[in-house]
Amino acid sequence: MGALSIRNVRKSFGATDILKGIDVEVEAGEFLILVGPSGCGKSTLLSMIAGLDTPSTGSIHIADRDVTYALPKDRDIAMVFQSYALYPNMNVAKNISFGLEMRNVPKVEREAAVQRVAKMLQIEHLLDRKPGQLSGGQRQRVAMGRALARNPKLFLFDEPLSNLDAKLRVEMRAEIKLLHQRTKTTTVYVTHDQVEAMTLGDRIAVMREGVVQQLGTPDDIYSRPATRFVAEFIGSPAMNMVGSRRAANGLVAKGVDLALTDEQRLALQTAAAPEITYGLRPESLAFADDGLPGSVSMLEPTGPETYAMVDTPLGNLVARVPGKVSHAVGERVFLRWAATDAHLFDGQNEKRVA
Amino acid sequence: MTPSPAARLSQWMPKLVIAPSFLLAMAFIYGLMAWNGYLSLSASRLLPNYEFVGLEQYTTLFESDRWWVALTNLGIFGGLFIFFGMAIGLLLAILLDQKIRAEGVLRTVYLYPMALSFIVTGTAWKWILNPGLGLQKVVQGWGFTGFEFDWLITPERAIYTVVIAGVWQSAGFVMALFLAGLRGIDDSILKAAQIDGASLPRIYWRIIIPSLRPVFFSTLMVLSHLAIKSFDLVMALTAGGPGYATDLPATFMYTMAFSRGQIGLGAASATIMLATVAAIIVPYLYSELRSKR
Amino acid sequence: MSAETRVTPASAGSRWIPAFAGMTASGRGAWHRLALWSVLLLFAFFFLTPMYVMLTSSLKDMAQIREGNLLSLPASPGFDAWAKAWSSACTGIDCGGLKPFFLNSVMMVVPAVLVSTALGAVNGYVLSKWRFKGSELMFALMLFGMFMPLQVVLLPMSQVLGWFGIASSIWGLVLVHILAGLPSTTLFFRNYYVGLPDELIKAAMLDGAGFWRIFWRIVLPLSGPILVVTLIWQFTNIWNDFLFGVVFSGGDSKPVTVGLNNLANTSSAVKEYNVDMAAAMIAALPTLFIYIIAGNYFVRGLTAGAVKG
Repeated sequence: MGALSIRNVRKSFGATDILKGIDVEVEAGEFLILVGPSGCGKSTLLSMIAGLDTPSTGSIHIADRDVTYALPKDRDIAMVFQSYALYPNMNVAKNISFGLEMRNVPKVEREAAVQRVAKMLQIEHLLDRKPGQLSGGQRQRVAMGRALARNPKLFLFDEPLSNLDAKLRVEMRAEIKLLHQRTKTTTVYVTHDQVEAMTLGDRIAVMREGVVQQLGTPDDIYSRPATRFVAEFIGSPAMNMVGSRRAANGLVAKGVDLALTDEQRLALQTAAAPEITYGLRPESLAFADDGLPGSVSMLEPTGPETYAMVDTPLGNLVARVPGKVSHAVGERVFLRWAATDAHLFDGQNEKRVA
Repeated sequence: MTPSPAARLSQWMPKLVIAPSFLLAMAFIYGLMAWNGYLSLSASRLLPNYEFVGLEQYTTLFESDRWWVALTNLGIFGGLFIFFGMAIGLLLAILLDQKIRAEGVLRTVYLYPMALSFIVTGTAWKWILNPGLGLQKVVQGWGFTGFEFDWLITPERAIYTVVIAGVWQSAGFVMALFLAGLRGIDDSILKAAQIDGASLPRIYWRIIIPSLRPVFFSTLMVLSHLAIKSFDLVMALTAGGPGYATDLPATFMYTMAFSRGQIGLGAASATIMLATVAAIIVPYLYSELRSKR
Repeated sequence: MSAETRVTPASAGSRWIPAFAGMTASGRGAWHRLALWSVLLLFAFFFLTPMYVMLTSSLKDMAQIREGNLLSLPASPGFDAWAKAWSSACTGIDCGGLKPFFLNSVMMVVPAVLVSTALGAVNGYVLSKWRFKGSELMFALMLFGMFMPLQVVLLPMSQVLGWFGIASSIWGLVLVHILAGLPSTTLFFRNYYVGLPDELIKAAMLDGAGFWRIFWRIVLPLSGPILVVTLIWQFTNIWNDFLFGVVFSGGDSKPVTVGLNNLANTSSAVKEYNVDMAAAMIAALPTLFIYIIAGNYFVRGLTAGAVKG
């Protein structure tokens, strides 16, 4: 078991700053997700944890050892790549034991490790095959097996599910989670998929343009997003954002008074910005007999729920309603929501107000 | 913390490994090139003499009748060689692209000359074009008693025999390049054109041939390079003769430097050859490397 | 254009144009097909005839040669000309046939091909997977060596070989061929290795392998195709070379191309054309043989060398 400590890591390539000061502490056994849009720096950060790249400034510690400039092989870590990177010229057994071979582990122990890992991942019947003869899911498992065989202190995953089709992705996600529950190895997992982030992580670091916007549990991230970006990035369909202005003791958007709780009003008083973004998650909106008027512009039934797009004075809002919707497209409807479900963000610096 | 010794070694290993090859290549290519350049500015005759004489050798060079013959020949030979090589190569590629069953066999047949040494080619064609016992005699034997084909020994015509042998050797190569280029064209574009009602020649003229532009250029580069370097072929076919009627810069350089004891002159001619090649290749390479960034 | 362009068999991706397939309305297609085949066969004839002439002339006796019918089949085919070309034809002062030259070529080609290929592989590995600041520039500088006219290094190189005392030995030739071949072998391997996923190297690094172990255990085993292409390319070029052979060899180290040229150009009283042709065949056989059994790889070498990527 090991902990990971990233302290004030910065990385620049010439004039561009890829990472602008990252501070993250990972507990032993924790599953940390690095999530964000492409270009946010998550893969660069992972490379630095792996030792495939070095930070411009800052340091990285694994289990209290400063490994900032250590070679990958000296860091006691294992990595699963997006393309799995299995050695095409070796069979599965050799692929798994290659790392052990490089560390001069005796043959008997290597074979034992291969058997142990193959059993855990249920790939015993594939040991003699070459990677070219395996399916996508099988290759994934072999890649994980290769990482597991060495019992490292830290697991790194670089978008390992991106190359799989939707159904397989869901299956493999569950396998990864189960594996983590069994082995309790500290893991850092990079993805751009917010569903993976929410389902797999103990904690999530949402990154954007080289900065960690929020580091917290999935619940923290979802219920109390720290910035507008985090609020829009996590959760699908995305949060409805309504631009509003202060008026008297509250907020007004396009002539409509927005519902606020007392705590929110209090927070507003101390906040400086004249413009506030009022955010509502789709599941907070419900059809009612009165409230905000609007007309249904589109319905997307997904089976268990329906996403309804409603044209209102506040703009196009998306409501997420369980089951089927009895209204038809074009019909006039009313939307309601509770003020406690609203998220307020500073209109200028996009940080959470309440 | 600074990198461990192992880490530092791993940083240096790649540089260490390529250094010898790189240094050798630099010495061999640029070092010798510079040396040759200096020789061309020296008074060397039979042996190197490092006395600096400025552009004297070059003046002698360009006052030499034989050099001008060599340059003219290069123009004629190069132009015809490139033109016919590309035309035949392109034609064969287009024809072979038409779903021919025996394509593999035909390709092998068209390309095998490239596997031969230019000396072999030259020797064979020297025999075929032999005025007394070669092609001329055969055609006369068919009844065309007036047929004459003594180009090999006619000063004004001899250079064309080099063209024939050169094209014979290299057309297959051009064909291979164009065929690869044709195969790289997306089929759906052609299907769209056919649906649009374009006729076959139209499709080739307006769509296929323009998209082969990069191949044209690289083929042009390779053929020009081959033409300028042509030495083996001429030596075997005509030995530069009759007299020096089929001399090319490469044979001129060899003769001057190694049989006539005119090292400085030979070096000067080599430098001119280099300048010609550089003038063509460097812009091409530069644009290629830049567009690949 | 990618460096690995392939010339694929007819069944995959040829242009299916109805006119030429013989499928047009008025039956003109059949004529098109006929025209297509005639042109192709005409050119096949053009390309094959010299080989045919070479072969048949080498099997004829001088009496038949003097009849002057290039295209006739040998009346009483025999390998006398071949035997003479091999062991007793005159190549200048000596009359020992092509045999010593052939052996010289073999002794020169083997080390030159092996060393230049090995160096090319390692260089290509460095330039594709272990790039550093300036490595691309190094590559470009080395690449120019492929294009420069070799005339420009002939004179200085003879001097250098003289200093090392190998000016008239096979080793001089071997050295020159290695140096001249480095740019192209490096190019071939570098372009091929660029196609190997970088993540493979990263995974190996994480597994604990270093520069050399990655090369031996992972990269080299995956180099099969390019290894063959490079070996064939180098063998063909070095065996067929004449320029270096004639400039850098001494009395005992001339390769077969020089031997052939001398043989065919000796101004003896009676020109024995059948012996000349037999000698040409002998000189051509090794590379021709390789071309026939591994033609595909030969083509890949040609197209990879010419089309930069």
